[in-house]
Amino acid sequence: MSDPSTILTAGTPAPDFTLHVTPDQTVSLSDFRGRPVILAFYPNDFSPVCGDQLGLYNEILSEFHKHHAELLGISVDSSWCHGAFASNRRLHFPLLADFEPKGAVAKRYGVYREHEGTAARALFVIDGDGIIRWSYLSPVGINPGADGILEALEELDSHAGAKA
Amino acid sequence: MTTKQQGTLRPEVSGRDHTIGPATAAITLVEYGDFQCPHCRRAHGVLPRVMKRLGDRMRFVFRHFPITESHPNALHAAEAAESVAAQEGEKAFWQMHDLLYEHQPEWEDAQDDARILELAREAGAGPDVVAADLDSDKYEEHVKADFMSGVRSGVNGTPTFFINGRRYDGDWTSVDAFVAALEEAGP
Repeated sequence: MSDPSTILTAGTPAPDFTLHVTPDQTVSLSDFRGRPVILAFYPNDFSPVCGDQLGLYNEILSEFHKHHAELLGISVDSSWCHGAFASNRRLHFPLLADFEPKGAVAKRYGVYREHEGTAARALFVIDGDGIIRWSYLSPVGINPGADGILEALEELDSHAGAKA
Repeated sequence: MTTKQQGTLRPEVSGRDHTIGPATAAITLVEYGDFQCPHCRRAHGVLPRVMKRLGDRMRFVFRHFPITESHPNALHAAEAAESVAAQEGEKAFWQMHDLLYEHQPEWEDAQDDARILELAREAGAGPDVVAADLDSDKYEEHVKADFMSGVRSGVNGTPTFFINGRRYDGDWTSVDAFVAALEEAGP
């Protein structure tokens, strides 16, 4: 299911969703209309490596914020698990629980791995109008860096500049 | 959209970098590393054997990539290494680089810079100068510039290696596998 041909690509409207961010709070993609959103799908909380993908993004949040972009992490873990993970890794961005029905959002974005029962490592940059502007499915076992995200955000900024 | 291939080193290796080995070497290996990262410490155990196998065919470059949210002492360790380099030159930098990894358990959880300063002294630098440089954040910008170059190059954790400018996602824990990947890149 994590075949690159199935991942939603640039130009596609990003499917809206509402997911738990804490046990008693939800967020919707549409809440962020008007500003870019980075969606970072990842397999599971508590991966055994330090300095990994989410730790890296956490470290460079200010770079994303320069582009007024909001970073949202998504995995199939529950919001309770996300809470423990975020506090353990000192993550300063929301982690969404694609928990019930499991992986439903990952499936709609074409990045669910049926066999493993988790999302793939996949990235989407969505513009302020809710259109996917860039997407990337990382090969299994390889963390994507942030270079592609930053390029996509810069591209968005330059288009916004051209329009203005 | 004109997107470069992800995982491409930029900027290229230049005079501001810390390098070991001939500039004319066919193979250039760049590491983005964090002195407080246990995986980087492990890589530090592998690299000397890799370099020995490849000899003059290879040049090694170290750039800073401190992940400070999880490694609170990593930034000062990197800045201290820069201070040592500014005072005593490249040989002392590499000595400090080695000392920081070898003694990592002694300073990683420390509440102050005392052990790092002792290591700077061992590397031949004046610990008072290093302490003052840390206080004034003299090399913070230098370290952060390395960090951002890593982000723009597609660093995806530490350590991240680039072989002749391309990110290497293969095995670096085995000397044989690492040497084979490096040999593939150069004549």
